Amino acid sequence: MTDSLAYAHDDAGAPPSRFPDYRSTVLRSPSLPLVRIPQTLTEVTGPAGCWDRLMGSALADLTTQHEGAPLGQRIIVTGHVLDEARRPVPHTVIEIWQANAAGRYIHGKDQWDAPLDPHFTGAGRVVTDGEGRYRFVTIRPGAYPWGNHRNAWRPAHIHLSLLGPAYATRLVTQLYFPDDPLIEIDPIANAVPMPYRDRLVCRFDIGITEPNWALGYRFDIVLKGRDATPLEEEA
Amino acid sequence: MSDLESRNPASRADNQDAALFGQTPSQTVGPFFHYGLPWKGGADLIGKSDMGARPELFPEDHYVLNLSSPTGTPTGEAIEIAGRVLDGAGEAVPDAMIEIWQANAAGRYASPDDARDEVAPDPHFVGFGRASTGEDGVYRFRTIRPGRVPGPGNSLQAPHIALSVFGRGVLKRLATRLYFSDGEGNDFDPVLGLVPEERRDTLIATRRADGSWWLDIILSGEGETVFFDL
Ligand SMILES: [Fe+3]
Repeated sequence: MTDSLAYAHDDAGAPPSRFPDYRSTVLRSPSLPLVRIPQTLTEVTGPAGCWDRLMGSALADLTTQHEGAPLGQRIIVTGHVLDEARRPVPHTVIEIWQANAAGRYIHGKDQWDAPLDPHFTGAGRVVTDGEGRYRFVTIRPGAYPWGNHRNAWRPAHIHLSLLGPAYATRLVTQLYFPDDPLIEIDPIANAVPMPYRDRLVCRFDIGITEPNWALGYRFDIVLKGRDATPLEEEA
Repeated sequence: MSDLESRNPASRADNQDAALFGQTPSQTVGPFFHYGLPWKGGADLIGKSDMGARPELFPEDHYVLNLSSPTGTPTGEAIEIAGRVLDGAGEAVPDAMIEIWQANAAGRYASPDDARDEVAPDPHFVGFGRASTGEDGVYRFRTIRPGRVPGPGNSLQAPHIALSVFGRGVLKRLATRLYFSDGEGNDFDPVLGLVPEERRDTLIATRRADGSWWLDIILSGEGETVFFDL
């Protein structure tokens, strides 16, 4: 194992673990500094190539999981999963979960007084193709209130979870929508410093939109890349 | 295509802005991940059980997650690992998600990036698992005791399981490790050796009377678990 195989550390866009405006971080984040360790075989390997064995077959259309069509604005979300050198990350799984159009989760502990939609679960998963491309169809989620402070509302968002090629590249994130004024005042989004917060905002793209069917948004996901250049690695 | 059909709104600072290209920032998994992530059997790396999921938290007709279907029994010593996840006030964390990644009994990872032909892969063992904590904050996995894997230089690491913690209030995955109190090589492990001696215990699971290995994960405060900057 050589050090040249290591993945990059967090870049400037990473949020801190403790961000007091997001109140539950205070008791749930380390108070002592992280201990830096070298990346060993443990950190540079990961369960690549067996995502369907682990997580199940693809569910790329969240609007057709029940008998009827869910309420709300049908959308297409597509893009690439890339590493920091803009190389595609092929055959990697993206797990997806979200609230319905009214901002309500099917989760039993979601107490927000908005209607459930019997035709919408809000969970799916896709795997990138050989060029790192992914695409899924869903309903644009609604904003919802939460208990962080009085009159706190989460901007509309889709939760995304990626394994990438290694333990070191694991990522859980959230996708936000352009023109949502709540992003600017949301403590969770605000934990990501500007201008990097905008990396979490997808772009409306008429080229992805399908006539008479669904609006389209583009969102690329960038995972930690290897520090060394690829040519040196393969030499 | 006519010009009208290809018009796009003016671009603004967003995900596609070339000047902003870089790592997608992490965000919390939130409190409602249970119907999207932890599948039945996700915490059972050996057999076929429902371990790991909390299907009681959402209606049955919304269960779209996997049910693990092992291909056979992995080689090695079957073990159970468990522990409580606690916050900085000593309260149980009932909405944490824990993931593990580990080598098989021979010390080989089921990954194309572990290309050592001299160590046998196990076709029945992936080594990745996912569990969610219960109301009591307890996580639990059934797995195989891992073998030793190489460390930097010519070193050999003690048997360990890499562990990730996610949860509401956790903006970034917290990375840690589980070692075994009777693990061969703990005293010379290249990663444990970087941890201040008085904090090493936070990474070392101890054996309970029922044979399971127990390791509490304390997110903050007294007895705080050592988390890594990878
Ligand atoms: Fe959410």
